[in-house]
Amino acid sequence: MKIRIIDREKITPGDQVLALVFSVLAGLFVIGLIFLAFGVNPFFAIGKIFAGSFGSIYGFKETVTKAIPLILIGVGLAIAFRAKFWNIGAEGQLLMGAIFGTWVGLNWGPHLPAPVIIPLMFLAGFIGGAIWGLIPAFFKIKFAINEVISTLMMNYICAEILIFLIVGPWKGKTKFGFPYTDDLPASAILALIPGSRIHYFTLGLALLTVLVLWMVIYKTRFGYEVREIGENPEAARYAGIDFFKTTLIIMAISGGVAGFAGIGEVAGLHHYLSYPDSISSGYGFTAIIVAWLAKLNPFFVIIAGIFFAGILVGGDAIQISLGLPAATVEIFNGTLLVFLIMGDYFLKHKIRIDFHVRPRTIKHET
Amino acid sequence: MEDIIVSVAQRTLIAGTPLLLGTIGEVICERSGILNLGVEGVMSVGAVTAFIVTFYTQNPWLGLMAAILAGMMISVIHAFASVSLQSNQVVSGLALTMLGLGISGLAGKSYVGKPLTVKMNTFAVPYLADIPIVWKIFFDQSPFFYMALLLALAAWFTLEYTELGIKIRSAGENPKATEAQGVNVALIRYGCILLGGGFSGMAGANLSISYSKSWIEGMTAGRGWIVIALTIFALWNPMRAVIGAFLFGGIFVLQYLLQPLGISPNFLAMLPYLATLLVLLMIGLGDSKKLNAPAMLGEPYKRGER
Repeated sequence: MKIRIIDREKITPGDQVLALVFSVLAGLFVIGLIFLAFGVNPFFAIGKIFAGSFGSIYGFKETVTKAIPLILIGVGLAIAFRAKFWNIGAEGQLLMGAIFGTWVGLNWGPHLPAPVIIPLMFLAGFIGGAIWGLIPAFFKIKFAINEVISTLMMNYICAEILIFLIVGPWKGKTKFGFPYTDDLPASAILALIPGSRIHYFTLGLALLTVLVLWMVIYKTRFGYEVREIGENPEAARYAGIDFFKTTLIIMAISGGVAGFAGIGEVAGLHHYLSYPDSISSGYGFTAIIVAWLAKLNPFFVIIAGIFFAGILVGGDAIQISLGLPAATVEIFNGTLLVFLIMGDYFLKHKIRIDFHVRPRTIKHET
Repeated sequence: MEDIIVSVAQRTLIAGTPLLLGTIGEVICERSGILNLGVEGVMSVGAVTAFIVTFYTQNPWLGLMAAILAGMMISVIHAFASVSLQSNQVVSGLALTMLGLGISGLAGKSYVGKPLTVKMNTFAVPYLADIPIVWKIFFDQSPFFYMALLLALAAWFTLEYTELGIKIRSAGENPKATEAQGVNVALIRYGCILLGGGFSGMAGANLSISYSKSWIEGMTAGRGWIVIALTIFALWNPMRAVIGAFLFGGIFVLQYLLQPLGISPNFLAMLPYLATLLVLLMIGLGDSKKLNAPAMLGEPYKRGER
């Protein structure tokens, strides 16, 4: 018997879907085994997660609420990852967007009506996120600084800036000494779909962003350049693509839409700035899996975003009903990611097992 | 005043030790060409394993061994994905962090808030213990401190002066040529990832059975990411990692000390990350060859590919 690994010549969309479904199922199976190993009934726990997020109207509304930032960030990451720019700083870009947007809301909000102040806040959010994304982009192209490390460091720096602001100069006068800013004025607060926490302005913005970025990636010369830089940098260089300009634009978009998510969370849900952990429950990191699961396709980001938002909501559900720790949901994310990686490998490679290896003919000398 | 200096110095070394342990492991791993972003998760697994084993056996040394083993075992995932499947190392490293944090949270659920009755006791070095002030700072520390220093020395010596070290470094510099020399690059990289995992496990044990003697979810508190930063700060050299780890440890301690003086602890907390960015900038401005950066860091290597 002989096992050989060979490259698959042709990959059809059918193969892709099959690999994806199989990866997710295999992942769920292993997650079940992990639960079992720790004495948790896997059917009950996994069932509870999906029942909690997709099984009730209340749960589904929460899922959509949490999908908003995941879709926004995920689609921004998809475009960055396409150019092989490993932006893992979306968490910081989200927070910087929240900081910029909240400043505009707090300072200009009292004098301006909602139709003026809300676009201004989102614009500020975009600028904040974009600045935080542009710094590592600049570093990478000008000084060859590994963006994985720099974007990661920028996350922590931004979190500390935020904490500094809320315990220091921006601390609210109406918050009884708590480390929060004051509430945004009424005109700067987003309306919700009645009976839910869905801030539909941001949801609409997220869907619009998906549409626009899909067109940008697939229908424009810029999108072609982005893909070319990622897939074939040598040819891209030869074709005269301006790496510096393109990378800066990519990261301005990627960071900027994460900034949208940040100000959306503040203006839609929290209404004031508080600790980084409460503004984002790790959306910047979860969105990396969202983008990966979506195969970096903007439209698939919507589905993947809702799926992972569901796991987040379901994670809260099992935390309450089964008394499991908050980190349990990380097992879901981690395991699924591992299986997506494996699925990718088997999509690109074939394993051929030859059971009958022809026996070598041996000549006997007589 | 003397008391304060001794106490600050002592606490600096205590805070720096887990950082040093993790960094030695990551240096070895990155020298072989593999970027491992899973440190935070592996450290967490090490912490919970050490705690549980010590809790039941009442023997912190057994706890330490179990943590090292657990760290190595969970790192197999990253090794399999990044070496065998040649996948993107950023993604599989992040997966390892998520998985590690999740599993440790689940495993440690029923131990939250339970204190250990034993812990790794400090160990006063004989003879040297008679030097005033100095001994209290350097020679009355937890065994983790001495082990970390010795291991840093050993890792540095191995990487720089032994045949194995040459193999590891060349696997990170030029895997194709290394393979042509008859070295099994995949094996070297597997070994380095597992070894790195063992170090991260040890760093986690340091937290749960020596630094504090309890387990809480998220007790690694971002130290795994500081390790990634420190690895670059140390320019992939275990001996420079010693300086870096205690420098960063000192910043930890200063945060609390300088707060009453009106210096924002947030600016101090930012320093390790800013310093790392600065070092990266210096690498970028200078000649990266001279600064040790493994040439093929993060690049998947496929055997027999041209």
